[in-house]
Amino acid sequence: MQALVIVAHGSHLNPDSSAPTYDHADTVREVGAFDEVRTGFWKEEPSIREVLRTVEADEVYVVPLFISEGYFTEQVIPRELRLEGWDVADWDSDGLSASHVTLSATDVPEKTIHYCGPVGTHAAMTDVLVRRAETVTGDPNVGEGFGLAVVGHGTERNENSAKAIEYHADRIREMDRFDEVQALYMDEEPEVDDVTDYFESEDVVVVPLFIADGFHTQEDIPEDMGLTDDYRTGYDVPTEVDGHRIWYAGAVGTEGLMADVVLERAADAGADIGNTLEVVRERTRKTPQEAN
Amino acid sequence: MGHHLDALVDAAATGDGISLDGFTVSRSDDGFRLETPESTLNGLTEGGLREALADYDDYATNWYFWSEVVGESSPQRRAFLRWVEGASVDAGGDDGGDADDTENDGDAPSVPERYDDLRDGVCREWGQLLVTVTVDDHGERSYELRHADEVDADRDELDPYRESLAARQLATYDEKGRYRPLKTGNNLAGGWVFPDLDAHDLVETVETFYPASVPNWYRERRGELDVAHWADAIGRQTGMYSVVKTWNRGDGHEHVNWVAEACCDDSQCVKRREWQYDDDTDLDVDGGDGAFPCREPCSVVIAASRKWTRLEGEETQTYEFELTPSEKEQVEDIIEAVADDRTDAIREADVYEGANRYRARFLRAKLFDDEGNLGGVPTDASDDE
Ligand code: SF4
Repeated sequence: MQALVIVAHGSHLNPDSSAPTYDHADTVREVGAFDEVRTGFWKEEPSIREVLRTVEADEVYVVPLFISEGYFTEQVIPRELRLEGWDVADWDSDGLSASHVTLSATDVPEKTIHYCGPVGTHAAMTDVLVRRAETVTGDPNVGEGFGLAVVGHGTERNENSAKAIEYHADRIREMDRFDEVQALYMDEEPEVDDVTDYFESEDVVVVPLFIADGFHTQEDIPEDMGLTDDYRTGYDVPTEVDGHRIWYAGAVGTEGLMADVVLERAADAGADIGNTLEVVRERTRKTPQEAN
Repeated sequence: MGHHLDALVDAAATGDGISLDGFTVSRSDDGFRLETPESTLNGLTEGGLREALADYDDYATNWYFWSEVVGESSPQRRAFLRWVEGASVDAGGDDGGDADDTENDGDAPSVPERYDDLRDGVCREWGQLLVTVTVDDHGERSYELRHADEVDADRDELDPYRESLAARQLATYDEKGRYRPLKTGNNLAGGWVFPDLDAHDLVETVETFYPASVPNWYRERRGELDVAHWADAIGRQTGMYSVVKTWNRGDGHEHVNWVAEACCDDSQCVKRREWQYDDDTDLDVDGGDGAFPCREPCSVVIAASRKWTRLEGEETQTYEFELTPSEKEQVEDIIEAVADDRTDAIREADVYEGANRYRARFLRAKLFDDEGNLGGVPTDASDDE
């Protein structure tokens, strides 16, 4: 028996924080890739501390629903899972390349724990960013005549966070699909506030590389870009700003295709997921566009 | 029909036979032997055994349910389900273990007694949940789950749900539509029922309402609950929560009493708090009567404690302003009403309540200056908190 455990941040204040985690867990559950699918949270329940004891299977794949390698993936999650002998060096990562380690956990010594790298740095995440652009524009072939901005925190909190943004922006650029691709940041140059300065294209899709919608993606970024003076009054998609049409996508983590990245992380660590990747890619394509 | 008998006869003919809840069937050279607390039959042929079992159908379906339907793949699920229907929890399984909870086995009803109860329905409360298990004529269990406060509600008046995961949505908002940050908060909304869950889905649903409650309860029963007391749990915090360590000064643990009284009281959280200040120091506040334990301070408590650590780092000051005796009492009333989440219950024109809105507005109009300072006294010119 094999189980998937998705661990995420969660929130005491905002139910939207855990919503994508549940959605992706449901998608994986529905395709039957695992005997069991569980979720665990830093701020909700079950806590990461207790999630492993809710699992019956003996092979457990833990996938962090986080954007980058850093404090949570390297310190908090291994500590709370009680991974025995965890050493971040075992990931042998340059900040983007953590794949998985196999360890045991003192909480459930009879089980084997495959601890995976975060979803945000997986190559498949690039496709989710593109899919998000398709979803928000309602155009499965969006690209020509469009610019795409990938937005993240800056290096201030975590230098790996900027690395992940650059990495995906580069990969999308290499696809040669969008006229322009630009990485933008919330707390450093090039800043998302000046989004229209960085694009010639009239149409610009802006996708924040965030796991869930919350304060940053729903309040800060829309106001910073001038989509609205007050996030509570909402904004149109697209919104006209300085002669550009800004297609603001909200957190990429809410895109259904994220379930694919979760599966890929577990498969990289040795999970037997059969042909479920293809099923997930197709099923999530029907994800209706989120009205903002 | 009868498939439980086929399975039973097969199992009885294999190895040592079967044994559960006082019911034993085995085979030796002179045929099958069937034993219940009431009687023993020896030397039965297979046909004879089948015939005899007709008189012991409750025993037979009981065996089938626990051995073939529930099984032993998850000892914690099995234990919970047995507890729900009043069967001895630690008997009848092969998981052995060092269970020391056999004291209630003596009181456990016999299978026929238990079945009599089950035909009428056996209820158990689990936090704010009420589980009712019934057995039908074929010995099959059906589980109903609803809010414990709605024990007497007509089932038809509650919204029916069938999927365990529907519980996720039901657990997200309280009765007033506010987000519930703590799944075990004593504010689960009602109005719903899961009318007919099977054993597996019952446990999934219960675990969706109260994640990890069953495994923690199970570990506790086995004497294996890994309680992390306040000092340990706070000690392991890093990052923004590491500051809470600085709240522990000297030997005092009064501040943690206040935390427990504020957050963990049965009126606030349905878990029974088992964590104390540290290994040697119990808190002075009662942990409550919850059905399942709390093994360490939860993230809500830790996040609140971070704020309290900051607030409690302040020195007291003397402020001077005057209140009438009734005004002093009114301030107390307002604090009580907020602390007990009672403000919504105070009627608009009930000016006899200190926490009434008009009363509070009057007090503000009279006592606050334009900056919102009580009694016109500034909090602190240098305090920019
Ligand atoms: S720490 Fe207190 S409030 Fe939190 S879950 Fe435990 S008993 Fe409930």
